[in-house]
Amino acid sequence: MTVQELVSQLELTVFHLEDGGRAVTGGGYCGDLLSWVMGKAPADGVWMTIMSNVNVAAVAALTDLACVILTESVAPDDPLLRKAELQGINLLGSSLSTYECAVKLSAALGG
Amino acid sequence: MESLRLTFQVAGGDLTHAGEASSQVKQTLRKMGYDSDTIRRVSVCMYEGEINMVIHANGGTATVDVGLDDITITLADVGPGIPDVEQAMQAGFTTAGDQVRDLGFGAGMGLPNMKKYSDEMNIESTVGVGTTVTMVVRIP
Ligand SMILES: Nc1ncnc2c1ncn2[C@@H]1O[C@H](COP(=O)(O)OP(=O)(O)OP(=O)(O)O)[C@@H](O)[C@H]1O
Ligand SMILES: [Mg+2]
Repeated sequence: MTVQELVSQLELTVFHLEDGGRAVTGGGYCGDLLSWVMGKAPADGVWMTIMSNVNVAAVAALTDLACVILTESVAPDDPLLRKAELQGINLLGSSLSTYECAVKLSAALGG
Repeated sequence: MESLRLTFQVAGGDLTHAGEASSQVKQTLRKMGYDSDTIRRVSVCMYEGEINMVIHANGGTATVDVGLDDITITLADVGPGIPDVEQAMQAGFTTAGDQVRDLGFGAGMGLPNMKKYSDEMNIESTVGVGTTVTMVVRIP
Protein backbone atom coordinates (compact mmCIF):
# COMPACT_ATOMS: atom_id res chain seq x y z
CA MET A 1 0.00 0.00 0.00
CA THR A 2 1.25 3.49 -0.82
CA VAL A 3 0.94 6.61 1.30
CA GLN A 4 -1.44 8.08 -1.30
CA GLU A 5 -3.71 5.02 -1.03
CA LEU A 6 -3.61 5.38 2.74
CA VAL A 7 -4.73 9.00 2.44
CA SER A 8 -7.80 7.90 0.44
CA GLN A 9 -8.70 4.86 2.52
CA LEU A 10 -8.35 6.54 5.91
CA GLU A 11 -9.70 9.88 4.63
CA LEU A 12 -6.64 11.71 5.89
CA THR A 13 -5.95 15.42 5.79
CA VAL A 14 -2.84 16.26 3.79
CA PHE A 15 -0.56 18.79 5.47
CA HIS A 16 2.39 17.91 3.27
CA LEU A 17 2.67 15.08 0.79
CA GLU A 18 6.17 14.76 -0.59
CA ASP A 19 6.09 11.25 -1.94
CA GLY A 20 2.62 9.74 -2.28
CA GLY A 21 4.01 6.72 -4.08
CA ARG A 22 6.10 5.68 -1.11
CA ALA A 23 5.28 2.15 0.06
CA VAL A 24 4.10 1.53 3.60
CA THR A 25 5.72 -1.74 4.59
CA GLY A 26 6.75 -1.25 8.20
CA GLY A 27 3.40 -1.31 10.01
CA GLY A 28 2.66 1.38 12.59
CA TYR A 29 3.66 2.86 15.90
CA CYS A 30 1.62 4.97 18.34
CA GLY A 31 3.27 7.28 20.83
CA ASP A 32 3.91 10.85 21.93
CA LEU A 33 7.18 10.55 23.82
CA LEU A 34 9.90 11.16 21.26
CA SER A 35 12.58 8.87 22.69
CA TRP A 36 10.17 5.95 22.68
CA VAL A 37 9.31 6.65 19.07
CA MET A 38 12.98 7.10 18.21
CA GLY A 39 13.78 3.72 19.70
CA LYS A 40 10.83 1.76 18.37
CA ALA A 41 9.18 3.26 15.28
CA PRO A 42 9.63 0.90 12.31
CA ALA A 43 11.34 2.11 9.12
CA ASP A 44 8.83 2.60 6.26
CA GLY A 45 6.05 2.59 8.85
CA VAL A 46 3.33 4.99 9.99
CA TRP A 47 3.65 7.00 13.20
CA MET A 48 0.45 8.13 14.88
CA THR A 49 0.79 10.92 17.45
CA ILE A 50 -0.85 13.98 18.97
CA MET A 51 2.49 15.81 19.10
CA SER A 52 2.57 18.71 16.66
CA ASN A 53 5.85 20.56 17.25
CA VAL A 54 8.91 20.77 15.01
CA ASN A 55 10.75 17.90 16.67
CA VAL A 56 8.25 15.47 15.12
CA ALA A 57 9.92 16.10 11.75
CA ALA A 58 13.40 15.23 13.00
CA VAL A 59 12.19 11.97 14.53
CA ALA A 60 10.24 11.04 11.38
CA ALA A 61 13.23 11.74 9.15
CA LEU A 62 15.77 9.92 11.31
CA THR A 63 13.61 6.80 11.68
CA ASP A 64 12.78 6.66 7.94
CA LEU A 65 9.03 6.65 8.48
CA ALA A 66 6.79 6.45 5.42
CA CYS A 67 4.46 9.05 6.95
CA VAL A 68 3.26 10.69 10.16
CA ILE A 69 -0.44 10.95 11.05
CA LEU A 70 -1.42 13.63 13.57
CA THR A 71 -4.54 12.21 15.21
CA GLU A 72 -7.43 13.79 17.17
CA SER A 73 -7.70 16.60 14.58
CA VAL A 74 -4.38 18.01 15.77
CA ALA A 75 -2.77 20.43 13.29
CA PRO A 76 0.98 20.93 12.93
CA ASP A 77 2.38 24.20 14.23
CA ASP A 78 4.05 26.43 11.62
CA PRO A 79 7.65 25.35 12.32
CA LEU A 80 6.65 21.68 11.93
CA LEU A 81 4.85 22.31 8.66
CA ARG A 82 7.84 24.22 7.29
CA LYS A 83 10.26 21.52 8.41
CA ALA A 84 8.10 18.80 6.86
CA GLU A 85 8.22 20.67 3.55
CA LEU A 86 11.96 21.24 3.88
CA GLN A 87 12.83 17.68 4.85
CA GLY A 88 10.28 16.02 2.60
CA ILE A 89 8.19 14.36 5.32
CA ASN A 90 4.75 13.00 4.45
CA LEU A 91 2.66 14.76 7.12
CA LEU A 92 -1.01 13.80 7.40
CA GLY A 93 -3.91 14.26 9.78
CA SER A 94 -6.93 12.36 11.06
CA SER A 95 -9.96 13.35 13.11
CA LEU A 96 -9.93 9.91 14.72
CA SER A 97 -8.35 9.04 18.04
CA THR A 98 -4.93 7.41 17.89
CA TYR A 99 -6.54 4.05 18.74
CA GLU A 100 -9.26 4.29 16.08
CA CYS A 101 -6.72 5.42 13.53
CA ALA A 102 -4.45 2.48 14.34
CA VAL A 103 -7.35 0.04 13.99
CA LYS A 104 -8.18 1.45 10.56
CA LEU A 105 -4.52 1.40 9.55
CA SER A 106 -4.25 -2.21 10.57
CA ALA A 107 -7.29 -3.12 8.46
CA ALA A 108 -5.95 -1.16 5.50
CA LEU A 109 -2.58 -2.90 5.73
CA GLY A 110 -4.31 -6.27 5.79
CA GLY A 111 -4.67 -7.00 9.50
CA MET B 1 39.53 4.57 2.57
CA GLU B 2 40.79 7.17 4.99
CA SER B 3 38.51 7.85 7.89
CA LEU B 4 36.29 10.88 7.61
CA ARG B 5 35.64 13.24 10.51
CA LEU B 6 32.51 15.36 10.80
CA THR B 7 32.31 18.03 13.50
CA PHE B 8 29.29 20.04 14.63
CA GLN B 9 28.74 22.81 17.16
CA VAL B 10 25.39 22.14 18.81
CA ALA B 11 23.64 25.18 20.27
CA GLY B 12 22.16 24.89 23.75
CA GLY B 13 18.50 25.42 24.54
CA ASP B 14 17.45 25.75 20.91
CA LEU B 15 14.96 22.95 20.38
CA THR B 16 13.71 24.26 17.04
CA HIS B 17 16.99 23.39 15.34
CA ALA B 18 17.86 20.39 17.49
CA GLY B 19 18.57 17.31 15.43
CA GLU B 20 20.13 19.10 12.48
CA ALA B 21 23.59 17.68 13.07
CA SER B 22 22.06 14.20 13.19
CA SER B 23 20.21 14.83 9.93
CA GLN B 24 23.41 15.92 8.24
CA VAL B 25 25.26 12.83 9.43
CA LYS B 26 22.46 10.65 8.15
CA GLN B 27 22.54 12.29 4.72
CA THR B 28 26.32 11.94 4.51
CA LEU B 29 26.22 8.24 5.44
CA ARG B 30 23.46 7.62 2.94
CA LYS B 31 25.50 9.25 0.16
CA MET B 32 28.48 7.12 1.16
CA GLY B 33 26.34 4.03 0.68
CA TYR B 34 26.12 2.66 4.22
CA ASP B 35 23.34 0.12 4.87
CA SER B 36 20.07 1.39 6.31
CA ASP B 37 20.41 -0.51 9.60
CA THR B 38 23.80 1.06 10.35
CA ILE B 39 22.44 4.49 9.41
CA ARG B 40 19.43 3.98 11.66
CA ARG B 41 21.62 3.01 14.60
CA VAL B 42 23.96 5.97 14.15
CA SER B 43 20.95 8.27 13.76
CA VAL B 44 19.34 7.17 17.02
CA CYS B 45 22.62 7.40 18.98
CA MET B 46 23.54 10.76 17.57
CA TYR B 47 20.07 12.31 17.88
CA GLU B 48 19.61 11.28 21.50
CA GLY B 49 23.08 12.55 22.39
CA GLU B 50 22.57 15.77 20.48
CA ILE B 51 19.22 16.44 22.17
CA ASN B 52 20.71 15.72 25.59
CA MET B 53 23.41 18.33 25.01
CA VAL B 54 20.77 20.85 23.91
CA ILE B 55 18.43 20.19 26.84
CA HIS B 56 20.71 19.25 29.71
CA ALA B 57 24.09 20.82 28.96
CA ASN B 58 23.57 24.11 27.11
CA GLY B 59 25.04 22.68 23.92
CA GLY B 60 28.37 21.15 23.02
CA THR B 61 30.41 19.59 20.25
CA ALA B 62 29.50 16.50 18.27
CA THR B 63 32.23 14.62 16.40
CA VAL B 64 31.58 11.67 14.12
CA ASP B 65 34.48 9.54 12.89
CA VAL B 66 33.43 7.45 9.94
CA GLY B 67 35.74 4.51 9.41
CA LEU B 68 35.73 1.36 7.37
CA ASP B 69 34.85 -0.95 10.28
CA ASP B 70 32.98 1.35 12.62
CA ILE B 71 31.52 4.77 13.23
CA THR B 72 32.44 6.58 16.44
CA ILE B 73 30.23 9.34 17.80
CA THR B 74 31.63 11.67 20.47
CA LEU B 75 29.44 14.22 22.25
CA ALA B 76 31.36 16.59 24.49
CA ASP B 77 29.88 19.35 26.60
CA VAL B 78 30.91 21.65 29.42
CA GLY B 79 27.50 21.43 31.08
CA PRO B 80 26.58 20.58 34.67
CA GLY B 81 27.70 16.94 34.47
CA ILE B 82 25.79 13.86 35.62
CA PRO B 83 26.02 13.18 39.37
CA ASP B 84 25.04 9.50 39.13
CA VAL B 85 25.63 7.97 35.71
CA GLU B 86 24.22 4.58 36.67
CA GLN B 87 20.95 6.19 37.73
CA ALA B 88 20.83 8.35 34.60
CA MET B 89 21.19 5.21 32.46
CA GLN B 90 18.04 3.66 33.94
CA ALA B 91 15.01 3.65 31.66
CA GLY B 92 12.56 6.31 32.79
CA PHE B 93 15.00 8.41 34.83
CA THR B 94 14.82 12.07 33.89
CA THR B 95 15.44 15.52 35.29
CA ALA B 96 13.72 17.22 32.33
CA GLY B 97 11.47 20.15 33.21
CA ASP B 98 7.85 20.72 32.20
CA GLN B 99 8.73 22.86 29.19
CA VAL B 100 10.70 20.17 27.39
CA ARG B 101 8.27 17.47 28.52
CA ASP B 102 5.47 19.37 26.80
CA LEU B 103 7.42 18.97 23.56
CA GLY B 104 7.64 15.20 23.98
CA PHE B 105 11.07 14.93 25.60
CA GLY B 106 11.81 13.68 29.09
CA ALA B 107 10.78 10.04 28.86
CA GLY B 108 14.13 9.05 30.30
CA MET B 109 14.75 6.83 27.30
CA GLY B 110 17.54 8.69 25.50
CA LEU B 111 20.54 7.11 27.23
CA PRO B 112 18.93 3.62 27.17
CA ASN B 113 18.36 4.05 23.42
CA MET B 114 21.99 5.04 22.93
CA LYS B 115 23.11 1.96 24.85
CA LYS B 116 20.78 -0.30 22.90
CA TYR B 117 21.72 0.95 19.44
CA SER B 118 25.50 1.24 19.91
CA ASP B 119 28.00 -1.60 20.23
CA GLU B 120 30.06 0.28 22.80
CA MET B 121 29.17 3.23 24.96
CA ASN B 122 31.17 5.17 27.50
CA ILE B 123 30.19 8.16 29.64
CA GLU B 124 32.79 10.37 31.30
CA SER B 125 31.13 12.95 33.50
CA THR B 126 32.26 15.26 36.26
CA VAL B 127 29.82 17.51 38.07
CA GLY B 128 30.57 21.15 37.33
CA VAL B 129 32.99 20.24 34.53
CA GLY B 130 31.02 18.48 31.82
CA THR B 131 30.12 15.25 30.09
CA THR B 132 31.63 13.31 27.21
CA VAL B 133 29.64 10.44 25.74
CA THR B 134 31.38 8.14 23.25
CA MET B 135 29.55 5.53 21.20
CA VAL B 136 30.83 3.05 18.65
CA VAL B 137 28.57 1.54 16.02
CA ARG B 138 30.24 -1.35 14.21
CA ILE B 139 29.53 -1.89 10.56
CA PRO B 140 28.40 -5.43 9.78
N1 LIG C 1 24.92 15.74 28.53
C1 LIG C 1 24.29 15.71 29.73
N2 LIG C 1 24.61 16.61 30.69
C2 LIG C 1 23.99 16.59 31.90
N3 LIG C 1 23.02 15.70 32.24
C3 LIG C 1 22.67 14.79 31.33
C4 LIG C 1 23.26 14.74 30.02
N4 LIG C 1 22.71 13.71 29.35
C5 LIG C 1 21.82 13.16 30.17
N5 LIG C 1 21.78 13.78 31.36
C6 LIG C 1 20.96 13.42 32.55
O1 LIG C 1 20.52 12.08 32.41
C7 LIG C 1 19.09 12.01 32.46
C8 LIG C 1 18.61 10.88 31.56
O2 LIG C 1 18.90 11.15 30.18
P1 LIG C 1 18.01 10.48 29.05
O3 LIG C 1 18.49 10.96 27.74
O4 LIG C 1 18.00 9.00 29.27
O5 LIG C 1 16.53 11.00 29.35
P2 LIG C 1 15.94 12.46 29.14
O6 LIG C 1 16.85 13.26 28.29
O7 LIG C 1 15.63 13.03 30.47
O8 LIG C 1 14.57 12.15 28.36
P3 LIG C 1 14.44 11.62 26.84
O9 LIG C 1 15.82 11.38 26.32
O10 LIG C 1 13.65 10.36 26.94
O11 LIG C 1 13.72 12.69 26.11
C9 LIG C 1 18.63 13.39 32.03
O12 LIG C 1 17.32 13.71 32.47
C10 LIG C 1 19.71 14.27 32.68
O13 LIG C 1 19.45 14.45 34.05
MG1 LIG D 1 17.52 12.45 26.46
